[in-house]
Amino acid sequence: MASGTGRRRIGWGLVDLLVVGYALVPALWILSLSLKSNETMTDGRFLPHDPTLQHYAAILGDGAFLRPLFNSIGIALISTFFAVVIGGFAAYAIARLEFVGRRTLVGAALLIAMFPQIALVSPLFKIEIALGLFDTWPGLILPYVTFALPLAIYILTAFFREIPRGLEKAAYMDGATPMQAFRHVIAPLAMPGIVTTAILVFIFCWNDFLFAISLTSTTASRTVPAALAFFTGSSQFENPTGSIAAAAVIITIPIVIFVLLFQRRIVAGITSGAVKG
Amino acid sequence: MAKISLQNVSKRYADGTLVVKDFNLDIADGEFVVLVGPSGCGKSTLLNMLAGLEPVTDGTIAIDEDVVNDVPARQRNIAMVFQSYALYPHMSVRENMAFPLELAGLSAAEIRERVERVADMLELTPHLDRRPAGLSGGQRQRVAMGRAIVRRPRAFLMDEPLSNLDARLRVQMRRQIASIQRRIGTTTIYVTHDQTEAMTLGDRVVVMRRGVVQQVGPPQSLYDAPANLFVAGFMGSPSMNFLPGRAPGEPRDVMLGIRPEHLRSAGDSEARAGSRDEHDLDVVVDAVESLGSDTYAYFPMPGADRPFIARLDPSSPVRQGDTVRLRYAARHVHVFDRATGARLRHAVPPKLQEHNSRDDQRATEQRAE
Repeated sequence: MASGTGRRRIGWGLVDLLVVGYALVPALWILSLSLKSNETMTDGRFLPHDPTLQHYAAILGDGAFLRPLFNSIGIALISTFFAVVIGGFAAYAIARLEFVGRRTLVGAALLIAMFPQIALVSPLFKIEIALGLFDTWPGLILPYVTFALPLAIYILTAFFREIPRGLEKAAYMDGATPMQAFRHVIAPLAMPGIVTTAILVFIFCWNDFLFAISLTSTTASRTVPAALAFFTGSSQFENPTGSIAAAAVIITIPIVIFVLLFQRRIVAGITSGAVKG
Repeated sequence: MAKISLQNVSKRYADGTLVVKDFNLDIADGEFVVLVGPSGCGKSTLLNMLAGLEPVTDGTIAIDEDVVNDVPARQRNIAMVFQSYALYPHMSVRENMAFPLELAGLSAAEIRERVERVADMLELTPHLDRRPAGLSGGQRQRVAMGRAIVRRPRAFLMDEPLSNLDARLRVQMRRQIASIQRRIGTTTIYVTHDQTEAMTLGDRVVVMRRGVVQQVGPPQSLYDAPANLFVAGFMGSPSMNFLPGRAPGEPRDVMLGIRPEHLRSAGDSEARAGSRDEHDLDVVVDAVESLGSDTYAYFPMPGADRPFIARLDPSSPVRQGDTVRLRYAARHVHVFDRATGARLRHAVPPKLQEHNSRDDQRATEQRAE
């Protein structure tokens, strides 16, 4: 019996290790590349022979990376904020109100999520040129919010539906306006959903390459994924592999921090105790 | 504190179902009114309309002469205790009770003082800083009560507040609710499907069925003189025994009813009941339930849809299969119109077994003359 469960645990451990290893190899490879000097870049070793931080020093001392990093952070944060706020209100209405066109709205949101983004790049480019939004922060924030909203609405609707209706009724009886009920009762309880949505939207904006490359032209608004494509080595004859690897590692860090910071708040069961149970 | 007046109140849902039909009731200041009925009878809908959580289709609701049909719930100054308690899970007990006061814009000192006084009254003081999830069912129920009481509202609405508690706690809280209501004297409307709660709590009881009021009155009068078959069957546990039959001098088909406690064991005394008013019934007992305080004897009654129940003294040695002589008084037999269900007030109650025995029938006819 005991050996049986022991063997099972070893078996599962091996499977886990395999999956984690499979997922992490490319990330570790990038990390390894970023630590190799240009001379040892192609030596075929997985572990850097002579680890160096020279690529990090190079890109961090260079506006070609720092400015896009700033753009990335700013654009992703602003987009996330708007997507969560607008998505929150929309999801709350969908979860709670019976209004004409509710199904249509949900359907339209789904349609937007399914639309191939590449099909929209040319019209968006034309529109943004005409509106003067091309190569500006709003020029990226707008499509990001648009494409993140369906996702935000879907996740948040599910979370709002979980919250017992009795709580809003209680808040109204306690003298709250609908807005106060939302702010003091519903939003705090939907916090795990809001945080989950925020992380997913942030990651979507952070990782986007297509819009970033087609709707920007200078470092005024270019985000890191697009900027990486324009990386050159220290000299024109140098391969920028090391710099790209270092930049890739750096832009992974905020995501990791973001998730680590908020995963504690993504706790299920915060609503337990609201009603009988 | 307030008096509440409902005039011709109706509620029709969008799909056309009429859930409350032409409801009229005047509730006096400080009165405790219980709305009782089976699920789906419209009592909760009515409470929600009073609260302002559901719009009124027709009629007027007035609190202290002011028509409140279009006043939103938050401005009616009425507190509600929900069946689910609806406590805010992310707030402590103290914050839960303080929430309505904060919304009302009271000072922090005033809020603190009021919350602590009510917590003391409900024995919640040691739990003030705990979250609802860490409380027992009874404690949660008391927090829900406390959140209603701290506001000093014009009226309390209670929607089956005890139905999630176990039997013992329910009895205890029932007493507590009654004593709190008496002490603070706030007009209270209490919804329940439990006729025991209706009997024990209300100054007046409103029995509802399918959106229509069946009878309004003090609990004892509903019990003693139910206005129709539905009220007769609903109030009282175990419920009244019914037997289709005929009543002397009554052209209509009638339904006879007698409560289980009015069927007493005749014991080993004289062979036949002597007095004009009392009758005997010889029955074969089908099943016996002993509750300690009472013994319920079930026996088939020819003509009745369901077996009769007699509530006997626990000391009676009745056992399954025994033939027992039961005695009842004619004045305890209720007579209803079988077609409409309405109580026939002046009908002469017949014997229950008249159609079984020719002798009895002759006796009845004599009496009718």
